[in-house]
Amino acid sequence: MDHPTTSTLLSWMLFTPLAGVVTITALVGTGIFAKSKMNELSRAIALFCSAVPLVLGIYLWANYDGASTQVQFVHHFAWISSLNVEYFVGVDGTSVSLVVLSALVSFIATIASMPWCQGKSHLDDHHFTQHKVPGYMAMLLLLQVGMTGTFISLDFFLFYVFWEVMLLPMYFLIGIWGGPRKEYAAIKFFLYTLAGSVLMLLALIALYYRGPLVPGADGIAHHTFNMLTMRDHAADYLVAPAILGVQFTHIVWIGLFIGFAIKVPMFPFHTWLPDAHVEAPTPISVILAGVLLKMGSYGMLRVNWAILPEATRWASYAVALLGTINIVYAAFVCLAQRDLKKLIAYSSVSHMGFVLLGMASLTPQGIEGAVLQMFTHGIISPMLFLIVGVIYDRAHHRNIEGFGGLAVQVPEYTAMMGLAFFASMGLPGLAGFVGEFLVFSGAFPIFQLLTILSATSVVITAAYYLWTIQRVFLGKLNEKYKDLIDLNWRERMTLYPLAAMALWLGFYPQAVLGLVHSGMDQLLRSIHAG
Amino acid sequence: MPTPVTSANWLWLIPAFPALGALLNAALGLRLQRKFGKNIVHSIAVGAMVASTTVAWLAFARMFGLEAEERFLRDLLWPMAHVGSLELNFAFALDPLSMVMVLVITNVATLIHIYSTGYMHDEPAYWRFFMWLNLFVFAMLLLVMGDNFAVMFFGWEGVGLCSYGLISFWYTDLEKAKAGMKAFVVNRFGDFGFVIGLFLLFWTLAGHWSATSKFSSDTRVSGRIPGSATLLPAQEHGIKIGPTIDFRELKDQLNPEHNKAGTPEDVGIAQHLTHETIWGVPVIFLICLFLFVGATGKSAQIPLYVWLPDAMAGPTPVSALIHAATMVTAGVYMVARLNFLFALSPMAMGVVATVGCLTAIFAATIGFFQYDIKKVLAYSTVSQLGFMFIGVGTGAYWAGVFHLFTHAFFKACLFLGSGSVIMGCHHEQDMRKMGGLWKKMPRTAWTYLLACMAIAGMPWMSGFYSKDEILGKAYASGHLALPGLGATPWLGPTIWAVGLVAAFGTAYYMFRSFYMTFTGEYRGGTDHHDAPASAHHDAHGHHAHEPHESPAQMTLVLIALAAAAFGALFLGIPEAWTGHEPLFAKWLEPSLPAAAHIPFSETPKSVELGLMALSVLIGLCGWGLAHVLYFNNKSTVPARLLAQFPRVHKVIFNKYYVDEFYDAIIIRPALVLKEICFWIDRNIIDGLVNLVGLIVRIFANIDGAIDKYLVDGLVNFTGFAVMESGRRIRRLQTGHIQNYLYGALGGALVFVVLNYVVLK
Repeated sequence: MDHPTTSTLLSWMLFTPLAGVVTITALVGTGIFAKSKMNELSRAIALFCSAVPLVLGIYLWANYDGASTQVQFVHHFAWISSLNVEYFVGVDGTSVSLVVLSALVSFIATIASMPWCQGKSHLDDHHFTQHKVPGYMAMLLLLQVGMTGTFISLDFFLFYVFWEVMLLPMYFLIGIWGGPRKEYAAIKFFLYTLAGSVLMLLALIALYYRGPLVPGADGIAHHTFNMLTMRDHAADYLVAPAILGVQFTHIVWIGLFIGFAIKVPMFPFHTWLPDAHVEAPTPISVILAGVLLKMGSYGMLRVNWAILPEATRWASYAVALLGTINIVYAAFVCLAQRDLKKLIAYSSVSHMGFVLLGMASLTPQGIEGAVLQMFTHGIISPMLFLIVGVIYDRAHHRNIEGFGGLAVQVPEYTAMMGLAFFASMGLPGLAGFVGEFLVFSGAFPIFQLLTILSATSVVITAAYYLWTIQRVFLGKLNEKYKDLIDLNWRERMTLYPLAAMALWLGFYPQAVLGLVHSGMDQLLRSIHAG
Repeated sequence: MPTPVTSANWLWLIPAFPALGALLNAALGLRLQRKFGKNIVHSIAVGAMVASTTVAWLAFARMFGLEAEERFLRDLLWPMAHVGSLELNFAFALDPLSMVMVLVITNVATLIHIYSTGYMHDEPAYWRFFMWLNLFVFAMLLLVMGDNFAVMFFGWEGVGLCSYGLISFWYTDLEKAKAGMKAFVVNRFGDFGFVIGLFLLFWTLAGHWSATSKFSSDTRVSGRIPGSATLLPAQEHGIKIGPTIDFRELKDQLNPEHNKAGTPEDVGIAQHLTHETIWGVPVIFLICLFLFVGATGKSAQIPLYVWLPDAMAGPTPVSALIHAATMVTAGVYMVARLNFLFALSPMAMGVVATVGCLTAIFAATIGFFQYDIKKVLAYSTVSQLGFMFIGVGTGAYWAGVFHLFTHAFFKACLFLGSGSVIMGCHHEQDMRKMGGLWKKMPRTAWTYLLACMAIAGMPWMSGFYSKDEILGKAYASGHLALPGLGATPWLGPTIWAVGLVAAFGTAYYMFRSFYMTFTGEYRGGTDHHDAPASAHHDAHGHHAHEPHESPAQMTLVLIALAAAAFGALFLGIPEAWTGHEPLFAKWLEPSLPAAAHIPFSETPKSVELGLMALSVLIGLCGWGLAHVLYFNNKSTVPARLLAQFPRVHKVIFNKYYVDEFYDAIIIRPALVLKEICFWIDRNIIDGLVNLVGLIVRIFANIDGAIDKYLVDGLVNFTGFAVMESGRRIRRLQTGHIQNYLYGALGGALVFVVLNYVVLK
């Protein structure tokens, strides 16, 4: 077996939250603690079990060798030998950045799920932090297992398992702790993603059976789910027989792409996102926007781009076109929003378009810019959703027109919102800029027209954010909110780390780019080689 | 020979001090102000500026000690993004051009900080003001000190942000908040152009555009993957060839000295840029055009000037610093910085000069009829920026930059003077309610007068030397071209003539503002002032309605700026008088390699002197006209003229309805488009999703019905049938033996008959 185990670190990151899930359910099952005790205990367990992966993740980032093109921190053993399924986890630079991101965002979301340090602001009993707490915490941890697993799996079967694991807690988190239309949103999210999963599953099976035969653990030649082996034998798929008259690689590519694109989300598969966001409780929106969307684009890079390079070249213009539509169309839709959270949700759609455009360009600038954009969007969009959560907790509505002049009353909150908005609109010095800049610069030589069209979004984005600031914060203070309370410590603990990250990456994006550079270089070489 | 680099790893201190000041005031300002008063707030801000200015002067001393061609200080801080062939570093550099800018910015900004301690004295959000002001200086320094396009763009956008924050400083007034937003969004149009121009440049340096606009990497500098750095760096004669965003590397590649066709030193990049086409257009023209779109945004030129007049909603020191002396000159600076690029395309030069010229005259005419003293100055700034673009557009780079330099002093002086007047008149900005302030505010009046003379081009003030050099060079420009027209030798003299008319206008409306404000009788103070701004930040002299002179920290700044507006003239005394190059031109020479190669036509000395005399005369005429019409505000001619031509006045007073025009062709369509997009999203895209859901549900129901009624129905029917038949057949079981015997008999008979029938 090539890629022998070198470290179990990733497995610790992966299974600590799972241990938390088990502990919480076991404790609830035994019923030895009273309800309020159990609530506090499960909160503490969740906090601990999401803090551990973050600490390990920082260690991982610090010790990852960015110069190497090999996967690192591998943990590898046979799992289901009759199918040659392996437990195979390991990271390259892109996965390091996303694993750390998911650990960070999960930890922030966990803090945001605590009713602590409330100061003068009050949370009512229906608030998601107050009811069915152990269940909520268990689901939150399970969600983290699914996300982390997806980013570190190098076995396609394992990848698929974690991809599906993530669905279940998300469904319940939206469906139980969500807003007024939670059932509709949860079902829409679940079914939509599941529809994508089906296509992915079919493609997975096709890739498995048309893939190379390698000796398994039992010494017999087997097909393999090993994504690195699949990647190295990418040429095998070119000679596979056509399906329904379409070239094998193309149809498999499309199946996988739709599966991932739903998650990104890509136009026209994006409408589950605003609904899910609007109904989800704040920390869940944070995770949804911060990490879950990146699973889609990560999957494309890991599977479509790496295993089917020829089909990727074939489809690149279409991907760029769809990315452009995402960017511009969603930006205009943002301009029309009245619900603050929906606006932020659509802005995510717009910003994920940059990722698609950059990946489609197949230039170093474009593709590394796309990865950087994934990471920075993972920092900025959680900030945006936390900020919306703050005002919703206090005012119990999110109607942009329903505020006015709040800057006088809540200056610190205004400053945070301003920072997050400007970071999101790609102001240099804040995280959003370099990713966008690299994507544009990488995409320009390949798709001039699409890049120019996409670049018009810098104007529209500025317009919808500044218009929002103007309507919510500027002008005369709306008398209804003359007692509005500024940020409390819980909110500060979630917002300030992200703000610091946004500023740091704004001036030093090389921190992420240095990780992904060699891996992306290798990927591009293989794509352009055919 | 590539530009030698002198490392100076302390340059970062220049922007770091204001950044630190901004950070301190942002984090602690409010608390400090509450606890220790306002002194501590402005001590931080002014202290940061003084420190920064000191380092800037040290840098100047360091640079002054170097040989002219070695004047390039660089401070490489950290790599920001090294991706393929793109090398983006966070690095600062100073060459003579950026040195001039840094000195202007730090010194003028320090003065304006000091002035603000007086002007903003009664402002409750004092700390916020100084936070933004410090942050602005930081961003502006980034803009001019950036070693590459990216750091410049950091500053470029940063100043936009600060401008937004300061224009909407009094944000409780929604109109002011809107002005800030307008400034930012309009500037974003420019930024869009800037970025596209940059990409065009970067990629053209990296390879070729085919006839179908497909890009192919130049194998000399790159591998087969577009944008990868496989074979970098290629060097020729010690000069790095290929894609770059560093100004220094770009300058070396494009320096005319390194691009003389036919010589062995020829690196061929200039030729490559001029011969390459994309979309059927010479790529060099497109690069310059897109970059210039960026410049029109920041420097308020046609068509993107509309934000600047509205930007006067900000506090007056902001108007002086950002919207007159520094930020709005960024576009001029950028064109001058890229002189070697613009010089390659006579067509781009023609466009820059023409836009500058049109803006100069257009804004000047609007300035004629404004009554708000700050609006007059705003349009005058737009107009003067037009002059600067005439300078850098025709290739008189040093003259354009010199006008930027002198303008920084006299326009800051004018704005701060107007601020002093506005404060003295208790937040009155309408000149019709001023008048007679000469006696009440003598220091303000004197400095305002001197600055008016400077802007009007009186030969004893610096403005004359810069403006006249620009117009003189425009007259001698036969080398410009325009798209669609080809070479246009007539363009230079035309620009000169129009510029002269604009100069006349400038003199007229500036002295008009002076006379309306300072001469005659005081016309204000009768009605109770009720300007919205006053309620917010006016705490002084609610009872003293008499105008009064401003405190010393304000008037001393005015005097310093007026003195600078005078003293600057010694740097630009024309060659025709002294026989040697002006000091300012000589200083800038290393930054402007293209300047020596611009084919200006030779003008005889007599003509040159004649042109100067003419321009002084024109300035005097403008002054004279203003004197006749507005001195002591006695003349009734202006009122009668207005009555005679109400329509002309109305059109110009309403700024030719350009705002309304943009509203109709850009904003409204965008607002409609957003509704269309959202409608599509809700009803078509999401409609489809819900439709799929609905179809599935209908199928499911049909399926369910089939299951329930057909499949399960069959099952149930079987059961039912068995039960029912059983129930019915049960009746046979009567318990009477004779019935059974009848049955047996009947059965036997049936069998007999069947046996008989079948076997037969």
